[in-house]
Amino acid sequence: MNLDTVLWLVQDGISNGAIYALLALALLLVFAVTRVIFVPQGEFIAYAALSLTMLQAGQLPGTVYVLVGGGLLAAAYEIAAALRARAGARLPRVLAFYVLLPAAIAVLAWWAAPRKFDLWVQALIVLGLVVPLGPILYRIAYQPLANASVVVLFIVSMAVHYALTGLGLLFFGGEGLRSAAFSDAQFKLGVVNVTAQSVLVVLASVLVMLALWLFFTRSLYGKALRATAVNRVGARLVGIPAELSGSLSFLLAAFIGAVSGVLVAPIATIYYDTGFLIGLKGFVGAILGGMASYPLAALGALAVGLLESFSSFWASAFKETIVFTAIIPVLVWRSLTSRHVEDEEE
Amino acid sequence: MRGRVLLAAFLAFIALAPLVLPPFYVTLFNYIGLATLVSLGLVLLTGVAGLVSFGQQAFVGLAAYTTAVLTTQYAASPWITLFAGLAVTAAVALFLGVITLRLSGHYLSLSTIAWGIALYYLFGNLQFLGQYSGIDNVPPVALFGWSLDTGHRSYYLIWCVTLAALIAAQNLLDSRSGRAIRALRFRSVMAESFGVRTASLKVVVFLYAALLAGLSGWLYAHFLRFVSPQAFGVNAGIDYLFMAVVGGASQVWGAVVGASLLTVLKEWLKDILPRLFGQSGSYEIIVFGVLMVLLLHRTRDGLMPALARLVPPPRVPPAVAAAPALARRGLPPAGERLLEVRAAEKHFGGLVAVSGLSFDLRSGEILGLIGPNGAGKSTMFNLITGVLRADAGEIRFGGERLDRLASSEIARRGICRTFQHVNLISSMSVLENVALGAHLRGRQGTVAAMLRLERAEEAQLLAEAARQIERVGLGEQLHQAAGSLPLGRQRVVEIARALAGDPVLLLLDEPAAGLRFAEKQALAGLLRKLRAEGMTILLVEHDMEFVMGLVDRLVVMDFGEKLAEGLPREIQRNPAVLEAYLGGIE
Repeated sequence: MNLDTVLWLVQDGISNGAIYALLALALLLVFAVTRVIFVPQGEFIAYAALSLTMLQAGQLPGTVYVLVGGGLLAAAYEIAAALRARAGARLPRVLAFYVLLPAAIAVLAWWAAPRKFDLWVQALIVLGLVVPLGPILYRIAYQPLANASVVVLFIVSMAVHYALTGLGLLFFGGEGLRSAAFSDAQFKLGVVNVTAQSVLVVLASVLVMLALWLFFTRSLYGKALRATAVNRVGARLVGIPAELSGSLSFLLAAFIGAVSGVLVAPIATIYYDTGFLIGLKGFVGAILGGMASYPLAALGALAVGLLESFSSFWASAFKETIVFTAIIPVLVWRSLTSRHVEDEEE
Repeated sequence: MRGRVLLAAFLAFIALAPLVLPPFYVTLFNYIGLATLVSLGLVLLTGVAGLVSFGQQAFVGLAAYTTAVLTTQYAASPWITLFAGLAVTAAVALFLGVITLRLSGHYLSLSTIAWGIALYYLFGNLQFLGQYSGIDNVPPVALFGWSLDTGHRSYYLIWCVTLAALIAAQNLLDSRSGRAIRALRFRSVMAESFGVRTASLKVVVFLYAALLAGLSGWLYAHFLRFVSPQAFGVNAGIDYLFMAVVGGASQVWGAVVGASLLTVLKEWLKDILPRLFGQSGSYEIIVFGVLMVLLLHRTRDGLMPALARLVPPPRVPPAVAAAPALARRGLPPAGERLLEVRAAEKHFGGLVAVSGLSFDLRSGEILGLIGPNGAGKSTMFNLITGVLRADAGEIRFGGERLDRLASSEIARRGICRTFQHVNLISSMSVLENVALGAHLRGRQGTVAAMLRLERAEEAQLLAEAARQIERVGLGEQLHQAAGSLPLGRQRVVEIARALAGDPVLLLLDEPAAGLRFAEKQALAGLLRKLRAEGMTILLVEHDMEFVMGLVDRLVVMDFGEKLAEGLPREIQRNPAVLEAYLGGIE
């Protein structure tokens, strides 16, 4: 193995790792705020990537059906709740968010699909299609169980993963798709050939992380989310509604998932169920980082990207096995250092 | 009675089904049996012990591949490879269990998915496992020269094993170990304080679930006579977990219900959905996902409770049989220094909860630990019982240091406690809750329980529990669910449970809170009697009237420090105490 190969693998590892790092952040965020282990995050990636590829082919992505259908379902939940609480005043807002907005985006996608706009415009449409799915999912599947234990929420996550994967198969079919690259340019950085696509991936990830950091440190909503993550009951007592923080964290997770999907679409062939594995690699990164600290999780995710890229060079058949076994040493270390008995809430 | 009839009807149905059903259904029943075994393990692991695994298919696969390789490539007998398969499964499960079960539950669940994926790709890429095409021509099992080479013939083997496993699991839950396992989910701290080593018990349950999965894998390989990675993908693991949840994850028979329902539903959906959508694919996962979410929104107990309501419970619960009394611990002679607390310290961040506290407890006395709210009494209590670890200082019991021991080890030295916030398993009867207190007085483990070899000891434990319940005056409530009692009574159950542990030192955390006057008097009477028998008691209490008339000495705490120590009447006149309590004395 010569230096060129090493550098190429490092570049590949870093651009994959950057995506895993984004995902790890989203997973940690959702877990801290809602205690949900958000496995369906992976489906956002697949939905976004496949939607982008379909838009490029001039087809209407199946995501619109999930979006509109999900929105209607969420609205039905909201209307039922509003009727029970006799709070009709909030209905217009509910209808605007869960019905009008998805319908508007769907119409936009339908109009734009055959016109084959620029890739950047298509990427924006994809974000519009996927991001509202986050709050919609939260409303339908998780909000009714806000007080359930971590374990129950985890099972719900697996159920949602099932439903979304199946719907993905239904609307995108079983074929793998790969989108065109944002740029085919290559340039030399010292001795390394760097592709513009991988620079874009890293840049986009860093930008999103920066934006998140600003959001959490500067904005009121960001601070509210942090407060909820630290102390759920306390946050409620000072007037931060649990539904809002839940919905917001899912919105961010869907945004990150959609961005990752758009970024990964030109790098890898995406099937309807590929997102699951990509999302789980984000989890592996988060576990490597100890499931608590954002910087450590990002570093862990970077390590996953590098490990993956090197193992696909040395033992490509065992790439997945190696990546997913990587958590074992971390678990060993953590279980040796943690010594406590705790009771879970009932 | 109707329960027995239903069981007999079920057994008769299982026995006769293959005689009348066409082969397709026999095969379906075989799959149900195999799935029941795996989800039975999950019922114990997830429903009872509260640990979620999405990776059971990996254990099924390990055993299936072990037996397939050994029988096809080394011509080993399936009866030998059964043990080989289980040994491989057990070794892997033990390793994974030990490294994940000390951590919070979601680590386990996440890592089960991770190793499920890791093993799937390993199976699919290893040359000697036939890669993605798998291993075929696995020989059938032969029983006394009779080859079980058809679905019909495998049927009886699969269902005999499954039924035996169901009965063994039911026996296990209704035993000393079973009570401890049932405490794991929400009451680990309590279980530890009665001597249950919760970390190792979790490993045992995990191992048990893995072995059931391994057993299913062995049966699978020899029934289907073919193994390939596709059967052990991540989705198989999710399906197994859903089966356990659908059936009712805390009930043994829920495994049968869930496995039957989902296996049949899957078969049916696989048939109609591709026709409906006009393309092939496993669309049943959409339905499974949606149904699971809806089910969990309505209930977390699955369908079994609804089904169980169809069978009325027996009117008169069985009386507790008389049994020889359990051996008792010798008590130290009165007046000996039993517990020494020396300069104990505990900080929570910047908050000093206990600061330089020292006091002695002599055997045969009742010492009251009092103080205003937030004085650090409960923290002190938790330091003695090992729930919290002191930052500095020493706590000795009979000369031995306690402050570095785990709760379960402290319990082994004869220290039993009650909890300020009632810590009972509300779904279990008063009798079972109290019997958990006697955990350390029994020896028999999980295997003996499954085989019902521990009935003599179990009778002794239950008789002892009943005796203590009688003693605290709750004989009428023996078989009621602990959660259904009023709070005051639940506190009394706590005391009975501590007594069942045959303590040398009894630690009571606000036992009189929520009791009525007559009940308080009865409790005071009981504590006096215990003292007369030589027991030593440390009492944390708010109710001054209750304390003053009862205790021999008092230690008063304020802001984590000792404010005063002495006889009750000295304390009542102590100016510093009066100051701290200004307006606080009732």
